[in-house]
Amino acid sequence: MAGPGSARTSMPDRPAADRAGKAAKTAKPGKTPASSKTRARGARPADRAAVRANARGDGPVGGAATRVDVRKTYKLFIGGAFPRSESGRSYPAAGPDGAVLAHVALASRKDVREAVVAARKAVAGWAGATAYNRGQVLYRVAELLQGRAAQFAAESVANEGVSRAEAERQVAEAIDRWVWYAGWPDKIAQVAGAANPVAGPYFNFSVPEPTGVVALIAPAAPGLLGLVSVLAPVIATGNTAVVVASESAPLPAVTLAEVLATSDVPPGVVNILTGRAAELAPVLAAHMDVNAIDLTGAAAADRAELARLAAGNVKRVFTADDDWVAPPGPARMLAFLEIKTVWHPIGV
Amino acid sequence: MASVSTTTAGADWEYAPAPESREIVTIRPEYGLFTGGEFAAPLSGKHFTTLNPASEEPLASVAEAGEADVDRAVASARKAYDQAWGRMPGRERAKYLYRIARAIQERAREFAVLESLDNGKPIKESRDVDIPLAAAHFFYHAGWADKLGYAGFGPDPRPLGVAGQVIPWNFPLLMAAWKLAPALATGNTCVLKPAETTPLTALLLAEVIQEAELPPGTVNIITGDGSAGAGLVGHPGVNKIAFTGSTEVGKEIQAAVAGTGKKLTLELGGKAANVVFDDAPLDQAVEGIVNGIFFNQGHVCCAGSRLLLAEPIADAVLDRLKQRLATLRLGDPLDKNTDIGAINSRQQLDKIEGLVAAGEAEGAQRWSPPCPLPARGYWFPPTVFSGVSQSHRIAREEIFGPVLSVLTFRTPEEAVAKANNTPYGLSAGVWTEKGSRILWMAQRLRAGVVWANTYNRFDPASPFGGYQESGFGREGGRAGLGAYLDA
Repeated sequence: MAGPGSARTSMPDRPAADRAGKAAKTAKPGKTPASSKTRARGARPADRAAVRANARGDGPVGGAATRVDVRKTYKLFIGGAFPRSESGRSYPAAGPDGAVLAHVALASRKDVREAVVAARKAVAGWAGATAYNRGQVLYRVAELLQGRAAQFAAESVANEGVSRAEAERQVAEAIDRWVWYAGWPDKIAQVAGAANPVAGPYFNFSVPEPTGVVALIAPAAPGLLGLVSVLAPVIATGNTAVVVASESAPLPAVTLAEVLATSDVPPGVVNILTGRAAELAPVLAAHMDVNAIDLTGAAAADRAELARLAAGNVKRVFTADDDWVAPPGPARMLAFLEIKTVWHPIGV
Repeated sequence: MASVSTTTAGADWEYAPAPESREIVTIRPEYGLFTGGEFAAPLSGKHFTTLNPASEEPLASVAEAGEADVDRAVASARKAYDQAWGRMPGRERAKYLYRIARAIQERAREFAVLESLDNGKPIKESRDVDIPLAAAHFFYHAGWADKLGYAGFGPDPRPLGVAGQVIPWNFPLLMAAWKLAPALATGNTCVLKPAETTPLTALLLAEVIQEAELPPGTVNIITGDGSAGAGLVGHPGVNKIAFTGSTEVGKEIQAAVAGTGKKLTLELGGKAANVVFDDAPLDQAVEGIVNGIFFNQGHVCCAGSRLLLAEPIADAVLDRLKQRLATLRLGDPLDKNTDIGAINSRQQLDKIEGLVAAGEAEGAQRWSPPCPLPARGYWFPPTVFSGVSQSHRIAREEIFGPVLSVLTFRTPEEAVAKANNTPYGLSAGVWTEKGSRILWMAQRLRAGVVWANTYNRFDPASPFGGYQESGFGREGGRAGLGAYLDA
């Protein structure tokens, strides 16, 4: 993977790798955006207005006096639909200056359970799709992410308070990372599988298979890049996911849900809940129909208890404090794969 | 193009013509060479005509690359390698390859019609096999471009440089994809020479590459005859040669490249055995036999051209096979009901006719279903030879046409001995309900691909290539990347 100082070329697409390199200096892992030096002094009014109006964020809002914006309701994403929380609750998503951007659905335990039901229902179809098909569906997501790049950047600026340049770098990196994972479905078995030379007249081979329903506690920041980094590897290999979005930066998660809903990803493959990780994570960790849980976004103090709850049905538990800017490896895919080995005799 | 076959012997009903419209395709009267990102007139000043083999009508005048044209193409590939493509991060290369894959999907019908016009293959094959597989090949390799460190060739495998690629006429676009996609994914730049009789889809692919805005010179496509191919193979500026074609030419290329340090992969001829045991599912086997040898008029290097039947079922299989062949429809390649299209060229038709005459002269029994052939164009009916012995030319030599040679065997050991009794080794088929026997056969067959209870399956994730005189190197899968890496 390219990093800073990689060869520049005269490509029509500006290499996002350069942006990634620069981002590495600015966004440090483990730091919340509130403590980051790159944090802007507060979102520009234009970005805030863009978010509120669900606009693309790429034009001035001058002359707004003549027209009243239509604001977006930020809802949950369960089974391909966009319901509000069954609890009727919401919480304010705010910019760095405390200004409220939107009232986002505050998911409940019951929403979690419904999301798990939807995710379970989607496993057979998604895991059973050909790897080629899954790769193409995921690549389609990247195509639509690119089309929404300006909107994601505006939301990131307004919600997380990063500079516009930093937001654009993160969005570009998130898109390229999605493309990277889109190429994996038809390759992971060739990297993680094997023909095993057993000492006998048997043909023996091992193939990786998805583990099933995976719960993800998304990292608090960076909103879109962090979410993409934990979600894409899980679904690339055929799992389905229930995601608890970043509590502080829920806006890009809801917009990502809108992308997923319109890009051939079957309903239920990805379910996104906005709300309090502290409230929802224990429900997921203890849920008997969840096969694995990624605790990356859970508070450090909560991880041990969540891991203990996960033992109730022998969940695969994964935790890694990634440097979100560094190129990923296959670890996040391998963590949610089972290895199946098949024996067959050889002989006339 | 209104000639629709009426070869459904034994059937008391007829298909209405269902021709695919050729309106979707715009064929230019004249094509230049694609070098440095532009189409330009050949420095040689020469052109040749490409024909529709189903009607012998001229389709277009195509540039004939000379020595100076090869020089120009290699120079532009070198420049693109040094200045752009060879230095580009893998994930940027990936996005270009995804663009190509998507563009082929978007223009699939156009490619399919053009392929059938220029090659003579049935539209249902170009539409359902050649074009989708070509797109899939770019899609699969796009995903490798940014993951080469995981492919098993070390953490940061390097490209070779400029690849010279010479491809055959049987799957023109698909072979271009098999060559270009892995070469580009691994960071090489390319000079591709399509076959003389089927240049048009490669030239349409050049347009796609232009629209995808690949750095100029990353892919260069030069049309011409064997001398252009030889010039490319012998060019000192080329680091890697990839050739798909006849074993005869493959041997010449291997000799020419010897001692130059160029990396070489060859995908050559075949004389595959398709082995049917007495416990095989016979209806499926008959379909597989038909697909094995009559797919693409038998112009397939991995065609199942030697049918090995277990003696107890030989007569029953032959009867069913003949019944099935009587339902095949030969005729207009653009008709959606056509099973057997045109032979690609007069030269190839002559070769098929020569070998078939030898089969009769040597004493094998020739059979074809009643099958009137269109008056114009190059055609050959599906043909089955029974009573073939291993010494017959039709059991030893690659016919590359719709001609099946049938032999029999009594034991699995005999089946293996007969199947392996060939200088080739590209592919083989095994038909039996017994899984352990499939694997026992697969262990013993000296062939690069073994199909069990199926035949002629292709996928970009699956390596393809031969043993022995069927060539070396693999295309597809993880193994295929090695052909284009300094590893």
